[in-house]
Amino acid sequence: MLALLGPSGSGKTTLLRIIAGLDFPDRGRIIFGGDDATRVPVQQRAVGFVFQHYALFKHMTVAQNIAYGLNARRRSERPEKAEIKRRVGNLLDLIKLSGFADRYPSQLSGGQRQRIALARALAVEPRVLLLDEPFGALDAQVRKDLRRWLREIHDRTGQTTIFVTHDQDEALELSDRVAVLDRGRLEQVGTPDEVQERPVSPTVLKFLGDTIEVEAIAQNGQVLVQGRPTPLTAPQGLSGPVKLYARPWQLQFAEADTAHLHGTVRSSYRTQGRQRIEVDREGAKTVVVEASDTARLAQGREVGLRIVGGWVFP
Amino acid sequence: MSDAVASLPDSPDGTIRPAQSVVTERPWIRWLLIAVALTFLALFLVLPLITVFAQALAKGWGAYLAAFTEPDAQSAIRLTLTVAAIAVPFNLVFGVAAAWAIAKFEFRGKNLLVTLIDLPFSVSPVVSGLIYVLVFGSRGLFGPVLLEHDIQIIFAVPGIVLATVFVTFPFVARQLIPLMQEQGTTEEEAALTLGASGWHAFRTVTLPNIRWGLLYAVLLCNARAMGEFGAVSVVSGHIRGLTNTLPLHVEILYNEYNFVASFAVASLLAGLALVTLVIKSLLEWRYADDIAAGTRRH
Repeated sequence: MLALLGPSGSGKTTLLRIIAGLDFPDRGRIIFGGDDATRVPVQQRAVGFVFQHYALFKHMTVAQNIAYGLNARRRSERPEKAEIKRRVGNLLDLIKLSGFADRYPSQLSGGQRQRIALARALAVEPRVLLLDEPFGALDAQVRKDLRRWLREIHDRTGQTTIFVTHDQDEALELSDRVAVLDRGRLEQVGTPDEVQERPVSPTVLKFLGDTIEVEAIAQNGQVLVQGRPTPLTAPQGLSGPVKLYARPWQLQFAEADTAHLHGTVRSSYRTQGRQRIEVDREGAKTVVVEASDTARLAQGREVGLRIVGGWVFP
Repeated sequence: MSDAVASLPDSPDGTIRPAQSVVTERPWIRWLLIAVALTFLALFLVLPLITVFAQALAKGWGAYLAAFTEPDAQSAIRLTLTVAAIAVPFNLVFGVAAAWAIAKFEFRGKNLLVTLIDLPFSVSPVVSGLIYVLVFGSRGLFGPVLLEHDIQIIFAVPGIVLATVFVTFPFVARQLIPLMQEQGTTEEEAALTLGASGWHAFRTVTLPNIRWGLLYAVLLCNARAMGEFGAVSVVSGHIRGLTNTLPLHVEILYNEYNFVASFAVASLLAGLALVTLVIKSLLEWRYADDIAAGTRRH
């Protein structure tokens, strides 16, 4: 299960449509399990595509929607009526909508429609399942349930799946591998752990979460901020001015004489059991610090911050 | 929305205010506007319609029915039905094809095509008729060739069909283009990814989605095809029993001071209009539901 992750306009959906055969690449090839599919028309690519707004056939019942792909086949390849009915029944069981076969899409909720769109795509037994922002139009709770459910189905069927999302949490939670796209370029492909622990570029880093950017100097393999060494080691061959990026939890409050950064507390708030403190720095960007043990800090209080982790890029 | 407004009236002090829309006008303005609209309607639409039927029945049922049993009238009815039976299916096929191309694909000259489809609406029907006389008439562009092969188009049924097709050209396409544009292409794309051929997708997805709009368009197209006067008048030649359609027949009778027969035949056309209107309203009622179901997405 692969997630295509990127900001809007980065080309995720276009890439997905090219894989499906709904759009065409200027160059490059599409290869399905060793077979070149670049010139195979969409009908024969054997993809299951789930559209962002589901694109269910609104004049057909749920059962007719799911059976559509099977009924569209040439007579010689079409399964028997009873067989189609059986498969539709199985898929309805899989998506837990068994009693809904004769409903119309307009009578269903967003989450239910999404599941039917998925069943419709699975009915043709695709080589690859493609999902375009599958949870984009749903509210937070339904989204969470569907995510878990989709992962379960994936684990059970082993179906190769590619889905598009702009939500990092969704990509990192759901997928085996993440492909980060930016402005039409593939920045990095890797497991969720890889892209989080070893991002290849500041773009990937910034897109995966809140980041703090600090000017630093690389010297003899060490990285110095404000002349004080940090626990980071500079990549081979890098020296001179560099940029240091850190996550909010890679900063700690420290005494002024050991701190890398100084500032005053602008505000602090608690979210999901963690304390987030915004610190204003003189002549530099405001940074967000995340700490689990700190009491609420008074506004305007002077604080020092020490960097305990992060990444260095030229 | 009206539900939300109706459930709001509990004001802070506990009194119940009457449910009232903020955008409504004062009562006397409302009544004035309604009165103006109704007077206008009565004067310009209802009164003439009543006059048609009153005049037609002025000399009783016998004279009224006689106007239809007369051979020339019978022939006019037959011709009108024939012309509509050819023009409407032709424009149906063309209209669906054009609307499909315009709404679902990007191509060069698309705007030009849309403008051309509108042309018959902006050209006077007389001019539309004259075009065919100039092209197919005996002194026209293809006149000599047609004469040589003894093919008559002008002052004959083919000319009437051509003129009718031209005038009713935009009805189906015009009705379907916005509808198909609004529906977009994702449902068709979904059908294609599921393995459907283009034709199968068109038949099972596109066509059912536009069926009510299409029926509506065909109805309007038919009403116009049967009622067209100007363009047909130019190319018909007014040969009684041969090239007279119903509207032309009405005019001839009227010019002969045969008012009862004239209005009787006119009442047939008026009846057609009324039937069209009723079916159209029924469709709109049904079709509105359909549209609502289609756009209700979340």
